[in-house]
Amino acid sequence: MATDVMIEARDLSKRYGTYSAIDRLNFSIRRGEVVGFLGPNGAGKSTTMRVLTCFIAPSSGTAKVGGNDVFENPLAARSVVGYLPQRAPLYQEMGVIEYLQFVAKLRAIPTTEHRARIKKVIEICGLGDALLKDSIGELSKGYQQRVGLAQALLHDPPILILDEPTSDLDPIEKAEFIEYIRAIGKDRTVMLSTHNLAEVEASCPRVLIVSKGKLAADGAPSDLANRSGKARYVIEIDAKPAKGSGTVAASDVIEAARGIDSKLDVSSINTESGTVGVQALGSSDKDIRRELFALAVSKGWTLLELRKDVVQLEEVFRELTVGDAKAGDRIAAAGMKKNESKSKPASKDEDEDDDAEDKE
Amino acid sequence: MAEQAKGGSSKALKGGIGTPLSNTLTIAAREFRAYFNGPMGYIVVTMFTLFVGLLFFFLFGTLVLRRATLQPLFTSMSALLPLLCAALSMRSFSEENQRGTIELLITLPVRDSDVVVGKFIGSMGVLLVTLLATVSYPIAMSRMGDLDSGPIIGGYIGILLGGGAYIAIGMVASSYVKDQLTSFIVTVIISYVLYFVDKTLIFLPQGIASTFEYFCTDFHFKSIARGLIDSRNIVYFGSVIAAGLVVATRSLNSRRWS
Repeated sequence: MATDVMIEARDLSKRYGTYSAIDRLNFSIRRGEVVGFLGPNGAGKSTTMRVLTCFIAPSSGTAKVGGNDVFENPLAARSVVGYLPQRAPLYQEMGVIEYLQFVAKLRAIPTTEHRARIKKVIEICGLGDALLKDSIGELSKGYQQRVGLAQALLHDPPILILDEPTSDLDPIEKAEFIEYIRAIGKDRTVMLSTHNLAEVEASCPRVLIVSKGKLAADGAPSDLANRSGKARYVIEIDAKPAKGSGTVAASDVIEAARGIDSKLDVSSINTESGTVGVQALGSSDKDIRRELFALAVSKGWTLLELRKDVVQLEEVFRELTVGDAKAGDRIAAAGMKKNESKSKPASKDEDEDDDAEDKE
Repeated sequence: MAEQAKGGSSKALKGGIGTPLSNTLTIAAREFRAYFNGPMGYIVVTMFTLFVGLLFFFLFGTLVLRRATLQPLFTSMSALLPLLCAALSMRSFSEENQRGTIELLITLPVRDSDVVVGKFIGSMGVLLVTLLATVSYPIAMSRMGDLDSGPIIGGYIGILLGGGAYIAIGMVASSYVKDQLTSFIVTVIISYVLYFVDKTLIFLPQGIASTFEYFCTDFHFKSIARGLIDSRNIVYFGSVIAAGLVVATRSLNSRRWS
């Protein structure tokens, strides 16, 4: 496998006044790597991608793309990157083919190859139906995102930087897209940001997690999960107690579980009606299943389920980005149950990268 | 491209980068088509032609010019030109900033100057189409008597140069403000200040007056419209256009640094 570094950031910072959008980021991505770039909104994902694509200049530090310094040689840096910005901002009044031709010309693709290249990306991105519409503005957001992807792939770039490429796609489209990224990632470098952690686990052998502009973690999803040293216990109890009357409430279970170990992070999870579900996050060193079982017996609860999981990437993500803007909501969006005890109220606006842009 | 890219492992990769000329023309063509892909281009051309016509016949009527002269036509056009050019230039960057499309455009391997000059040429193309629509007036007038072609050609060249200056000013405004309407208003104000500056000269001492006169677009325009194309006029409009394009390029470049 080739080992050359394709994307490199050294002490990369971007400040807007006193606010640091990114703060001394260091990472390098090699050829053949597909890297998931994770972080809550406002963590600095888009800002980093914008620096790498030469849309904005860093305040300090250096970044190299395909060996080209984004500051010294921005044209060459941009020429080797296929970039899809967040929400795919396209010229709404242009037709799909017309737009792709425009990009092909500015990418200096020989005129004789335009037809073949455009045909290819239309096939890859499943844009056949989109050609029936007169303009990009008439397409659904999902299709517009595909057009955005098509323009990023048009020149067959060795490096792809995709900012939330699947945000407007439906689940089937997402799966297709992930499959495609895996296929092309073999001899290319792909950096993609997303909130969808399941997607990252499926397609990215490596993840970078940023929080508040700083690199919080770097590694394979499974390594990160193991490194966290946490275990998750899931308990499901019948709402009708075996003995006595009344019902069991989630708060009773949470309180009782905290009695086992005050360091446990306990919260309720959604389960089918008539049952109470609780998850407890604790150290993986000590197994507390026995204590949990004894607790259920002593309280007279009917235990329907008791299991221990290895901590998932979601948990790692939540751990690392705790206190960051709406991290809890993002996890919920990624299919996780909300952790009531940990997701702090949002202290920042939903989309801080956009705020940062407004400050420009 | 990709082949090239795969080739070197230690040295920097390089993909396709277009020449300034081809990039500029590609951007200009897109810009020009963008006006006519929507209603904007048609509205601007029709409104300008209509209002110029109305003003022309009003002036023509009130002046009771019995002979065929096109001076009122060019007076009308030059008076309405700031509005037309502000409308043409307001979208150049404000719209791209508003919609975020600027991000995709300037992360393509294009120079900032390619983008600015391309957009300028695109808008000039629309101005040219608009002016062609007004050619119907001189044609109609020619039936009333022989027209001297010198002032007509001079008049159109003057309008085109003046329009270029206003568009360049409008692009600067558009590159600094996100809102199209604000860009339009700022451009109209600056353009009319330049247009009217020689009308205020009676209040000024002689020495200062001639300096101010040089900054007036209408002064240079009238000079060209007489059929005398003086290098001073060309230098004036050329400088305003060049300065506008340079400032707009710097403005586009500076957004990376803010």
